[in-house]
Amino acid sequence: MKFCKTLRRSAVYLPLLTVTFIKAQNSTTDMGSIHGNFQIDAQYYQADSLIGAPKVPEKFLSNAFGNINYTRGNFSAGVRYEAYNNVRQGFDTRYKGQGITNRFARYRTDLLDVTVGNIYEQFGSGLMLRTYYEPGLLYDNSLDGIRVISSPVKGVTLKGLVGKQRFFFTTGPGIVRGGDAEVNVNELFDSVLGKKKTKVILGGSFVSKYQTDIDPNLNLPENVATYGGRVNIIREGFNFSTEYAYKMNDPSFDNHYSYKNGEALFASLSYATNGLSFMVQGKRVDNMSFRSDRDASLQSLLINYLPATTRPHTYSMLALNPYATQLRGEVGGMVEVQYKFKKNTAIGGKYGAEITVNYSQANGLRQIPVGDSTTAMTFYKTSYGDIGDNYYHDFNIEFSKKFSKKWKGTAVYSNQFYNRNIVQFGAANEGYESLKSDIVVLDLTYKYRPSSSLRLEVQGLFARNQNMITNSNLVGKGNWGTMLLEWSPNGNWFVALFDQYNYGNPDKAARVHYYLGTFGYNKDAHRIAVSYGKQSAGIFCVGGVCRVVPASNGLTLSITSSF
Amino acid sequence: MKKIILALITFSLFSFITLNGDGDKIPAATLKKLDGSKVNSASFSNNGKPIIISFWATWCKPCKKELDAIAESYPEWVKETGVKLIAISIDDSRSSGKVVTDVKTKGWEYEIYIDENQDFKRAMNVNNVPHTFIVDGTGKIVWSHNSYADGDEDKLYENIQSLIKGEKLKH
Repeated sequence: MKFCKTLRRSAVYLPLLTVTFIKAQNSTTDMGSIHGNFQIDAQYYQADSLIGAPKVPEKFLSNAFGNINYTRGNFSAGVRYEAYNNVRQGFDTRYKGQGITNRFARYRTDLLDVTVGNIYEQFGSGLMLRTYYEPGLLYDNSLDGIRVISSPVKGVTLKGLVGKQRFFFTTGPGIVRGGDAEVNVNELFDSVLGKKKTKVILGGSFVSKYQTDIDPNLNLPENVATYGGRVNIIREGFNFSTEYAYKMNDPSFDNHYSYKNGEALFASLSYATNGLSFMVQGKRVDNMSFRSDRDASLQSLLINYLPATTRPHTYSMLALNPYATQLRGEVGGMVEVQYKFKKNTAIGGKYGAEITVNYSQANGLRQIPVGDSTTAMTFYKTSYGDIGDNYYHDFNIEFSKKFSKKWKGTAVYSNQFYNRNIVQFGAANEGYESLKSDIVVLDLTYKYRPSSSLRLEVQGLFARNQNMITNSNLVGKGNWGTMLLEWSPNGNWFVALFDQYNYGNPDKAARVHYYLGTFGYNKDAHRIAVSYGKQSAGIFCVGGVCRVVPASNGLTLSITSSF
Repeated sequence: MKKIILALITFSLFSFITLNGDGDKIPAATLKKLDGSKVNSASFSNNGKPIIISFWATWCKPCKKELDAIAESYPEWVKETGVKLIAISIDDSRSSGKVVTDVKTKGWEYEIYIDENQDFKRAMNVNNVPHTFIVDGTGKIVWSHNSYADGDEDKLYENIQSLIKGEKLKH
């Protein structure tokens, strides 16, 4: 019996070995190639009642994954193995154990491109469908199914897919089906329009989900469809794009089982020329959470993606209170102007300088309650002219300049408004005060040898309202100061010391330093970093690489490698 | 028996890596040009001269630092070696509108593509940005590097020069 098992296993691995053997004899690319990457983030935890770090029974937790991809000509295939023993603090504890979480095979030509297995796809800007993987956040809503992409004539792309979404180590209950068509008008009518300066791209999508209704009280729609269209017009420096999506009634946990329709509108206009650019974006989202399980919440089983129209920040104080699109409803926008001061001008100096001015704002939708016999189950209505409470704003100016061959620097000022009740706790009546803050960042780099540098970041967050309700959450308690000193003696090694000091906490005992020391080594596509201390969540750029990181404390070991 | 098989598998995987290491063609993925048209990454070419492929994002400071640093000497690099830099933005639809405004404001003269749902990033096994590759004149990936430290651009260029001369690349 045992032998049989072994034999069966060998059978699985035999093709692999054969490929290797042939490969060993013939090292041209005819036999295809194998590449992959892996990453492990492991952490040793310490309890710290002062900062609210709990005791972790396992003491040591780790998240790890590895991808192996095989490519040969038009064919490719891959697997991903993930292991959580157990999952690190700050992640969904339903990630437990280990196994193959992604496998696919794909054959692509221009006429026909077929993928079976786990699929990542995006229609338009994602308002109706985007399946995506971000290991740093453990976000993976891949579709396990089949996808066909075809380009029957130049300028036309057709896509169709069907599958179920990943849900931790299994798939969700709903079936997702979708189709998308995109036409590049200039390419399609190449002989007439090919050389025209104005480029027009049109697109349309249809996405539907199916989930059985076993609810004893409600008569829930088992099929829910979304459909919409998009336009992209580009002429010289101008770029205009817009997309609209409509969703049929979809009672869900997110919308408290309302039968109201949903919709989303996204538009962006930009103008760019050498040294100057301008961009304006706007968006309106109403009841547009779209999941393949109506009872799912948090990051689970989202079919679509509603991008936030706020600037993604990387400096930790600017990103301490980050904004995310409110799926239930919001209207927002952003304006940005960038200008480059030329070399040998008063402000530009010898090397030139850059300035970015950015303003973004997001508000809720004013919901007007409805209750007559035909509309009672939709709860509320909204209108385009009716804007609700302020959720967020961010006005920021960033100035960067290279002063000499050795010195360069960046300074940022930001004024932020953050509606904590809505953004962090999801309801208007949670009892927290909104945060109004001024944030200042100074980032200086001193390159003292051709490949040796020191970088210093000094940041301050000054909260205008100090008397907020404090809770065990570690963000947003009065004033903060941050300092980062990073030393890269050569291209391989780096050392960084980071301290976030919550000096303005109304609770004097909680005025603590969050120290984090990082030591790392980079070589080719491999990187090892060891950190000790605590760090807040966000995009963390240290040692010359940017990563999405969750909040953490303790001793962290992080290894990433590609081959 | 099980152990022997496991050992064999591990060995074969490693022999793969060492045998293969570098030297494979650019995998195929669909990327978006700034004029909205689509391009297959497998078709990247530079008339027998090397290509630098640099993965970046509009929100990634080290990436922009690297591309800024290269931009200062890029015309020289092109003149001396014929190298071409292809910058792949991994911005998603939240920030992909900013790719064109960033590139134009900075005046980068690179070939720019947007990898909006990160198909190319996955195909190239990129974990984090910045991540830079060198592709030789025959279209094979011969070198790659993760992260950016000040001065890395000089090493990158030394490698391009070595490649032109047919010398071994520095790691």
